Amino acid sequence: MKITEQQVRYVADLANLSLTDPEIHALAHDMDEVLIYMDKLADVDTEGVEPMAQVLFETDETATLRDDVERPDRLFTSNIATANAPQAGQGYFKVPKVIERA
Amino acid sequence: MTLTATPDQLAKYEVVIGLEVHVQLATRTKIFCGCPTSFGAPPNTNVCPVCLGLPGALPVMSKPAVEMAMLGALALNCRINPTSRMARKNYFYPDLPKGYQISQFELPLAEHGYVDVVTANGPKRIGVTRVHMEDDAGKSTHDGFKDSDRFTYVDLNRSGTPLIEIVSEPDMRNADEAYEYMVYVKQAMEFLAVSSCDMEKGHLRCDANVSVRKWGAAEFGTRTETKNLNSFRFLKQAIEFEVSRQVAVVESGGRIVQETRLFNPDLGETFSMRSKEAAHDYRYFPEPDLVPLRISDAWRERLQSTMPELPAQKRARYATEFGLKPYDAEVLTATREIGTYYEKAVAASGDPKTTANWVMGDLLGALKNDGKEITESPVTAEHLGDLVKRIASGELSGKLAKEIFPKMYAEGLAPGVIIERDGLKQISDTGAIDKIIDEVLAANPKQVEQYKGGKTTVIGFLVGQIMKATKGQANPGVVNDLLKAKLG
Repeated sequence: MKITEQQVRYVADLANLSLTDPEIHALAHDMDEVLIYMDKLADVDTEGVEPMAQVLFETDETATLRDDVERPDRLFTSNIATANAPQAGQGYFKVPKVIERA
Repeated sequence: MTLTATPDQLAKYEVVIGLEVHVQLATRTKIFCGCPTSFGAPPNTNVCPVCLGLPGALPVMSKPAVEMAMLGALALNCRINPTSRMARKNYFYPDLPKGYQISQFELPLAEHGYVDVVTANGPKRIGVTRVHMEDDAGKSTHDGFKDSDRFTYVDLNRSGTPLIEIVSEPDMRNADEAYEYMVYVKQAMEFLAVSSCDMEKGHLRCDANVSVRKWGAAEFGTRTETKNLNSFRFLKQAIEFEVSRQVAVVESGGRIVQETRLFNPDLGETFSMRSKEAAHDYRYFPEPDLVPLRISDAWRERLQSTMPELPAQKRARYATEFGLKPYDAEVLTATREIGTYYEKAVAASGDPKTTANWVMGDLLGALKNDGKEITESPVTAEHLGDLVKRIASGELSGKLAKEIFPKMYAEGLAPGVIIERDGLKQISDTGAIDKIIDEVLAANPKQVEQYKGGKTTVIGFLVGQIMKATKGQANPGVVNDLLKAKLG
């Protein structure tokens, strides 16, 4: 076992998920399987290979930058912006009173 | 009830302060999309799929945001990293629509800088750990609506506004040093025009990390972080309160808890914001939607060559080139606009010191009374320089100039126009003055007698009479010389 149930609870908490005990048990097992599978990558010889988190052409300067130009054609009205919000009013998104989770 | 420390207790401790300053960049559009960054639009109208964090929307980095961040970093003597990358900082909050902030973590834009400031205790170098780029969150409003007891209102217009975060080394040892550091950062960003630094609008906000330790201790004490200080006064008050509180806690046998605190300006006190001791786990990872930032030497050098003169350099130049006193140089470099105005006025007057006095005294005073900025001055720099030039050349007395200036200010006219119109030219013509002196002497025989009898102080009275007769337009130097000659 690589993943403990305690770790699953911690990750679930960070992800704002409430899980039942059976779900935590099952997830610990599933995540374990995933990590064991990923471990196969450790067999590859990566000596001298730079980690590649993002794809980038060989270049001295990033070529994909924007100029400071407004795009009014892409602006939403507040009605459209909040259309899918569970609650909205006076142009705002409305959310339950924000209280820090203890 | 919060404890405060006595001066004796405070004297036993060294204070350690590090600051994180957030600066809003002055781009027209947001960092990753073309929505305007303008302030005061109706809620949720400066938004698009990117800054609303809608699924599938992809960010594209703004080039001017990168360049402003580079300029800011260069002004803080940082080294720009040839490769830096954006990273996701994951946390949940209603005003953070993506569920993560796009910031920088392992490879920030710039590192290893410093700032030189001068405090009451002399010069001090404060290290700048790093400068990184990030997007701002939206704005939550907790009060003011009729159902505010149950709801928080969220406006995402600010979401995606470009920021830089400037992280200092824990090099500051008292609130004054923190204050001077913040002044330096604000002035530099203003001079570079990379931010308008309007603190009331939150363009410049500061988090203060404060800890205390007994003098000579090798280890730092546990620190607290007081967030969102948006004025210089609050920064100072919050640090001073926090130092006193921490010393009192330690002195009474307590332990400082590492925590985030907020400042209450009404009470001048900080209070705990989060009870959790565990630091947030943000699970940073490289942002897969943006390519790394590659900054070539050529690009960096190009920007470096556009760097304007910074306040400290300007102050030094005013001292050597214009012979100004340190205080005067400081007033005249308080903002880039004041410096520009002053230099233009000097170019027109040819007399840096007199010009400095007029700008600092009459002009800034009048503007302050009106609540105006120097950019809104009714008296142009050229007109003020013209006025000073006329004083320097002896054409105007200081007294006449003081009479002309308010008219220039009220009417926005050149001094020459007012002098001509109101007949305020100084009389230096000895013939004309000669005649008036004769009249005054004839009308005041008693004083003439007194003068001749040795009471030379009556000359002041006689000069006054002559100036009165000329409506203050006689050249006082010429009057004095002629009068003395006549009284023999």
